[in-house]
Amino acid sequence: MIWLTWRQLRGAAVTTAAALVVLAVVLALTGPGMASAYSTGITACVRDGGCPHFFDRFFDDYEAPFQATTVIVLVLPALIGLFWGAPLVTRELEAGTHLLVWNQSITRTRWLAVKLTVVGGAAVAAAGLCSLAVTWWSAPLDRSAAPGFTLMDPLVFGARGVVPMAYAAFAFALGVTAGLVVRRTLPAMAVTLAVFAVVQIVMPLTVRPHLLPPVTSSFQLGPENVDSFGKSNDEEFPRVVLQSALPGHTGAWVLSSRLADPSGRVTAPDGVPAAVRVSMTSGPCAPSPQAREGAGGMDACLAELNRLGYRQLAVYQPFERFWPLQWIETGAYALLTLALTALCFQWIRRRP
Amino acid sequence: MIRGLAGPVSEEPMTTVLRARGLARKYGRRWALRDCTLDIPGGHVVGLVGPNGAGKTTLLKLAGGQLPPTAGDITVLGGRPAGGAAQLARIGFVAQDTPVYAGLSVADHLRLGAGLNPRWDAALARERVERLGLDPAHRAGRLSGGQRAQLALTLGLAKRPELLILDEPVAALDPLARREFLQGLMEAVAEHEFSVVLSSHLVSDLERTCDYLIVLVDSRVQLAGQVDDLLATHHRLTGPRRDPDRLPAGQHVVSASHTDRQSTFVIRTEDPIHDPAWTVSRLTLEDLVLAYMEGPAPAKGRPVLEVRR
Repeated sequence: MIWLTWRQLRGAAVTTAAALVVLAVVLALTGPGMASAYSTGITACVRDGGCPHFFDRFFDDYEAPFQATTVIVLVLPALIGLFWGAPLVTRELEAGTHLLVWNQSITRTRWLAVKLTVVGGAAVAAAGLCSLAVTWWSAPLDRSAAPGFTLMDPLVFGARGVVPMAYAAFAFALGVTAGLVVRRTLPAMAVTLAVFAVVQIVMPLTVRPHLLPPVTSSFQLGPENVDSFGKSNDEEFPRVVLQSALPGHTGAWVLSSRLADPSGRVTAPDGVPAAVRVSMTSGPCAPSPQAREGAGGMDACLAELNRLGYRQLAVYQPFERFWPLQWIETGAYALLTLALTALCFQWIRRRP
Repeated sequence: MIRGLAGPVSEEPMTTVLRARGLARKYGRRWALRDCTLDIPGGHVVGLVGPNGAGKTTLLKLAGGQLPPTAGDITVLGGRPAGGAAQLARIGFVAQDTPVYAGLSVADHLRLGAGLNPRWDAALARERVERLGLDPAHRAGRLSGGQRAQLALTLGLAKRPELLILDEPVAALDPLARREFLQGLMEAVAEHEFSVVLSSHLVSDLERTCDYLIVLVDSRVQLAGQVDDLLATHHRLTGPRRDPDRLPAGQHVVSASHTDRQSTFVIRTEDPIHDPAWTVSRLTLEDLVLAYMEGPAPAKGRPVLEVRR
């Protein structure tokens, strides 16, 4: 049975392996160069103190390949679900060959078990290798990534570490289940794609933030977390726009970042400019030609806001939780995969 | 392994290969098979015949364990169908349209058969493929319908089953391929002594091969028995017009047709027919099956009869 399963998978496996080899070769050729550029850049910037600037420039240089590799790792599980999972049983049902193989001296349960193990194993291995290669290659970029592209950010998180393997296993089991229920290849593929897309959107938006209780904390305002400060003519007070970044917590996944006034109340929802009661006609925040030029003026103004008691109130998952979250999410998808697999076995016993 | 194979068949040829009690299967709201009670003795080539949609495939799938029954029960070779790998190993099944893996070669098919069947007879498989002139490297998808059917049959035979079930194996084949297929089957039966259940909607396919017949019409078993017995107990009576109710008690009307002055009945009876008014003629197997398919209530002439009463 293992031989037959392998014989049926061979074409698809060879194609996937070839694509992965191409990817690996490209990454292997470009990776070391990028890593050495990064380390020389770091050595240089540590000496002259321009590291934030170096990070920006370095990341900008490699942003396109960074996004391309991330997308590859994100899409691979979906492709596995569509092209390995959904047709696994439907192809046999459509060709009638299930009647041939089910009438050899092998029970359907065993037949399905072998198919799921061999093809599912290959799927997990493919996703694992792909993720491993990309995680290795993009290590310097992940260390210098701009806000919105750090390891903890939803899209990048799903394309690094161990979760891609869990996604692949889940997508594969989903495809097989859809195939068993729908019994036709194309509709099964459509169902697989739709359900997988929904799960992959719902997971980072509503589930992942709560896999571990998020941390709530307030931070002083500073250049890292303030995006802009200004006043339009028809308003009495200036408004502050906060960034989704936390001072001293580089790479944290910021779930919400709002401005709290001196009494601790939040005056505006996340991402909306919040008014601050500070004078712009006199004092450190008053616009003056020299203040506007240098960073010093802005710093003084932020210091004034901090003195008045304004704070950034942030809810976040610290960067240190990258691996715990990876393992928890992997476990969650593994459970989903097991549940779908159990459903598959029940279905194949019950249905003709 | 081999001991168990020939043993029961040759020593007690009358063991029941298939036993059904009140067997029924429903698809949604439609009954595909109803109230089927059957005992098929071993050592026969059994023809299962009936019009399309009569429930032949359903009965065979129930026997092969591919379908669970909705009601009643069925045992095949004394075991529950799909009762496990050991039961599967005893029953060969060649499904309708003789499916094979289009992408796999003939040799691949033999290899999968060898890998999946504990009693696989590699020599038989190889020899058959050679005799049929199939190229082992040929992809099954490129074989002709007849060759594909032969490949599927080879898989079924080399499994060395005690019972081989074939569902409309020749339906899609041209007359020559039909004959070759059935000939190959008969040779194998003669050589290896196993029971066969073979379905068809054409009696002519079964006439040459079967010694036991089951007629399935409208999801019910209408007739089951050895062909010789069936032919000996069924007669065609032709004579002056007569109401079927006026036939003797031992004569069961299978089908009746009437013209204005003449009646023709097909009857089943164990007793000799004495009435001199009848011209008694023998039936062919095909006549017999058709009589059961027509049933005792022909549309033509029936209203006239009711007026007379």
